Amino acid sequence: MPPLARRNLFHDKIRLTVTLTGIVFAVVLIVVELGLFVGFTSTTSGLIDHSNVDLWVTSKHVPYIELGAPFSERKLYQVKSVPGVQEAQKFITHWTQWQRPDGRQESVQIVGINPDSTLGRPWNLVQGRVEDLKTPNAIVVDELYKEKLGVTRIGEVFEVNHRRARVVGFTNGIRAFTTSPYIFTSFKNAQDYAAMPADQTVYVQVKVAPGADVQQVQRQILERVKDVDVVTNHQFSRMTQVYWMFTTGAGVAVLLAAALGMVVGFVVVAQTIYATTMDHLKEFGTLKAMGAPNRYIYKVILTQAALSAVMGYVLGMFVSAFVVRASQSGGAAILMPWQMAIGMFFITLLMCMGAAIVSINKVTRLDPAMVFKG
Amino acid sequence: MTKIHQEPAISVRNLTKTYTEGAAGVPALRGVDLDVCAGELMLLMGPSGSGKTTLLSIMGCILTATSGSVRIGGREVTTLNEKELPAVRLAQIGFVFQGFNLFPTLTAGENVELMLDLKGIRPNDAKIRSQALLDQVGLGDKYRSFPSNLSGGQKQRVAIARALAGDPQIILADEPTAALDSHTGRNVMELMRKLAHERGRAVVIVTHDPRMVEFADRITHIADGLIGQAADSPTSPAMFVQEGQQGSAVNLA
Repeated sequence: MPPLARRNLFHDKIRLTVTLTGIVFAVVLIVVELGLFVGFTSTTSGLIDHSNVDLWVTSKHVPYIELGAPFSERKLYQVKSVPGVQEAQKFITHWTQWQRPDGRQESVQIVGINPDSTLGRPWNLVQGRVEDLKTPNAIVVDELYKEKLGVTRIGEVFEVNHRRARVVGFTNGIRAFTTSPYIFTSFKNAQDYAAMPADQTVYVQVKVAPGADVQQVQRQILERVKDVDVVTNHQFSRMTQVYWMFTTGAGVAVLLAAALGMVVGFVVVAQTIYATTMDHLKEFGTLKAMGAPNRYIYKVILTQAALSAVMGYVLGMFVSAFVVRASQSGGAAILMPWQMAIGMFFITLLMCMGAAIVSINKVTRLDPAMVFKG
Repeated sequence: MTKIHQEPAISVRNLTKTYTEGAAGVPALRGVDLDVCAGELMLLMGPSGSGKTTLLSIMGCILTATSGSVRIGGREVTTLNEKELPAVRLAQIGFVFQGFNLFPTLTAGENVELMLDLKGIRPNDAKIRSQALLDQVGLGDKYRSFPSNLSGGQKQRVAIARALAGDPQIILADEPTAALDSHTGRNVMELMRKLAHERGRAVVIVTHDPRMVEFADRITHIADGLIGQAADSPTSPAMFVQEGQQGSAVNLA
């Protein structure tokens, strides 16, 4: 086929620029919004996904990790006695107050762990060691929240719920979905910061013995321990994600913005491809008069749309990669897993091909007799 | 010269076309009978609004008649639907337009290749044939020139080469010299006459230009949707072709 589609597309540089700008805008908007969705979703369940836990024992009807209710520590020992349980640890999350050096209060989430265990530990430690949490009043905070919390270096002392807290380490990139940063500390410290009775815990984390069936252990814990729920790590992760992303409406808003990006892109691309088609309407009429079947003309228009999509996608992903990279140091992570990058290509292609339908509809109804009308 | 009688390439019988304008019908053709044979160059002349372009469009299978019969190469086309008509146009008819209707973003050679592509010719073969066709219309050195860099006469020659690329038996031209100066217009008409006489094509040309009469084998006048007088040109071998020359490669330049 002579390069009619390509030549028509590149003939008007200004129109091509407008078309590509529209596609790039749509691609970046969709990537940012979907990336925010993925970033938010993974942030909501970050504590669970990095916990190395198989099963979570919670009080009844806990919808997400931040809303655990305390129960008796005796249940920890009941859980430990269940066959197939290799390890069980107490775990606390609790909202409380952080006082900055300037006296301003900030809300934080205390995360209480056993520093000797591999379960629930902070990850991405860039300064200090998890074992340092065994010292009195020791805490680990994330570098992302240094400014928010007024922290500058290891060794600084603050007040958490009117109790002493000393920074012994920093993590990097452990975001909280809410505005309250995670503060990792030992379980004992966490009980103090949360003002919880000494014989209570909020969760029991379970590591199942190698070879043991997780679902079977889950059932057995439910049979032996009363008034608790037992969920797998995956279930708890999904529950937490669904709560924050859909029950609160936060995720729906982000997804709607992504859909809006697609609509905007569709309209811009449809308008420019339609304008290009109108510019070349006489040529399409000539093609029809020459005996070209409609599918030949569709091929020209769809090729233009596909070429626009490929160029717009490449440019859009280049800009998106820059935005994603820049977001890593910000409070809201924009993630672009490779599946999304590939999926975006098909979304872009679909958007441009769909936009071409308006033009195809126009050309389908084109009367070839127009060629004799001067 | 051996003269052979041909079955009409186009045969029109009792053709009518009525355009609807609101509730009323406006008749454009009112019972037209006409035959055009291979090897014949026929001028279709008449005042504006007489129906000549409507007749040309119906003969070109791009407009449907209200009633009557149109046979192209012996095949009745008025009964064909809109999906079948493009195939008839592609196989049987070449168009030459007043405004040339070249594709401005394609070179002269690519404009001709486009027609060959429609015919399903492979790209490499199409390039060779496109070059040969441009050679035949005297534009062999303009293969890579874009229409914007060609004169009016050159554009019309490219359009003729494109029309010939489909190897049609019928050439329909709408005011092909209207946008050209007198000298260039005569050259184009000479080329059209060669197409009829030396390649055996049936050529129908709609024109207002009385200077083109001398190139015609026959002149058909149309007025108010009716064929008026038809006369053979005294200088032309109307309705005949030279034996053995139909479809042969003839340098038309």
